[in-house]
Amino acid sequence: MSRPHEFEILFDGTPLPCRDGWTIGAALTAAGVRSWRTTRHGQRPRGLFCGIGICFDCLVTVNGQPSLRACLVPANPGDDVRTQEGTAR
Amino acid sequence: MTEHRVDLAVIGAGPAGMAAALAAAEAGTRVAVIDAGVRPGGQYWRSPAPGAGPFRPATLHHGWRRFTSTDTRLTELAGTGRVLRLAGHHVWSILPAGDEWSVHCVLGAEPRQHGTPAPVTVHARRLVIATGAYDRQLPFPGWDLPGVITAGGGQALLKGNLVVAGQTVVVAGTGPFLLPVADGLARYGARVAAVIEANSPLAFARFPRAVLGATGKLGEATGYAGRLLRHRVAVRHRHVVLRALGTDRLTGVLVGKLDRAGRVRAGTEREIACDVLAVGWGFTPQLELPLQLGCATRVDVDGSLVVTVDEDQATSVAGVWAAGEATGVGGADLATVEGRLAGLAAAASFGADEVGDDRALRRRRTSLRGFASAMHQVYPIPQVMLERCSDETLVCRCEEVDAGTIRRAVVELGATEARIVKLLARPGMGWCQGRVCGFATACLTARHAGRPVAEADLRAFADRVIAAPTPLGQLATWPGDEPPAGDGG
Repeated sequence: MSRPHEFEILFDGTPLPCRDGWTIGAALTAAGVRSWRTTRHGQRPRGLFCGIGICFDCLVTVNGQPSLRACLVPANPGDDVRTQEGTAR
Repeated sequence: MTEHRVDLAVIGAGPAGMAAALAAAEAGTRVAVIDAGVRPGGQYWRSPAPGAGPFRPATLHHGWRRFTSTDTRLTELAGTGRVLRLAGHHVWSILPAGDEWSVHCVLGAEPRQHGTPAPVTVHARRLVIATGAYDRQLPFPGWDLPGVITAGGGQALLKGNLVVAGQTVVVAGTGPFLLPVADGLARYGARVAAVIEANSPLAFARFPRAVLGATGKLGEATGYAGRLLRHRVAVRHRHVVLRALGTDRLTGVLVGKLDRAGRVRAGTEREIACDVLAVGWGFTPQLELPLQLGCATRVDVDGSLVVTVDEDQATSVAGVWAAGEATGVGGADLATVEGRLAGLAAAASFGADEVGDDRALRRRRTSLRGFASAMHQVYPIPQVMLERCSDETLVCRCEEVDAGTIRRAVVELGATEARIVKLLARPGMGWCQGRVCGFATACLTARHAGRPVAEADLRAFADRVIAAPTPLGQLATWPGDEPPAGDGG
């Protein structure tokens, strides 16, 4: 029963609270953020869907690396998380 | 490249894989347990990192003591070198190499996080496939809105992070799994506005023998029902979600009641405000690896494609066993029993002499399978969801293919097989490779072609030459004798 270790990550430049062991997707969800990507064709907003690495809906750019599954990426202090549009290329 | 050499590779560290690995290792086999997750337990026993907060397993888990005792024993055996525990290893290909298998993995929680992921190959003489399953989905208008998540996704957020998906949640779909999802969310502070269940557990009355054979299951369900009552959560049976409401994020759902014929009864539609909808319609077994190996499959009672196994959990491919949801969705207790039998059979194939009397285990498997079969018949896919799937409804979320495009591929372009629909209209060709829309596309294709869903329809969306996202550089240095073959897609 250790005390949670808390820190911040940046989402499009805004600091969000985060806990040790959270994924990026968990941190965004806990902060009330529901979408962080738009689709290639319809420019529709997307966020977490399957939550276990299957659906690739929650793709996000972390520290400059695009198209990562937010539900899988462990959050680290100071992570620079950015929304991505279309193919992010 | 890191390489390991073992007697047996178990793919998956959920209930089935952990049981298989422990049984085989205790019978003297040198085992590698390979799993994509960073902590053992699979989806069922997913747990948070210590820093995430105070974690009381009893609030979210069943059989947690079985998990910890198995986990502890595997760690002890790892200390002696008998067991190799490979967490964060995403298997993307398994190829035969002489008299053994080469299991190719990429490393990391999300392998592409730091650019090119580190490759690992495990060489093994035998395999146990225990790859589990994920939520089965049906399309309906608005299901791509942010705030609509899978039931399993809602639970994974809780179990893995202790994060509640939203403030006001509707849990919907079908199957007994919806109850622990709703219970967990309510316990951790969400307001669960309703559980919208397409079927009714009263139908279990048609299967008295199956229920009596697995009385523990009934107790589990009664426990959830009682707790949901205390949380004032309304469970609406024979109701379905008709539409997710909102423009850029979910603001509510439209639900309706089903009549005896399974149609939406006129005048019963009503809106429920919510910021999250957690939805699931049973489970889809994860089969790309057994299909790569050439394992024979069949269509199970619930309509899912599953690996065919014999009484020893052996697949049609020599040296390959399978256990758990991959052989038919049946829950963690059945997965544990099957895993143990698979592990013992794999160990026996090396001439292990002390595998013991497994008759009680086999009897338990029979009764749990009987219960699973009854469960699938009590909680079928509501056909009304497919009937009502309008042309504008998005089916493939990745390639943004709507139901109209799929319908036209069948009725106008003459694509009567799901594989052809996939080639012409592109459902299942995007990032997720049909994992999410495959089942629905197979059902819609068969429906428009005027025939029942065939095994080939389901296989069209389960065959994947590459089982996990893999950088092109890795493929360029393909380690096998032969490059991967197949139709891509």
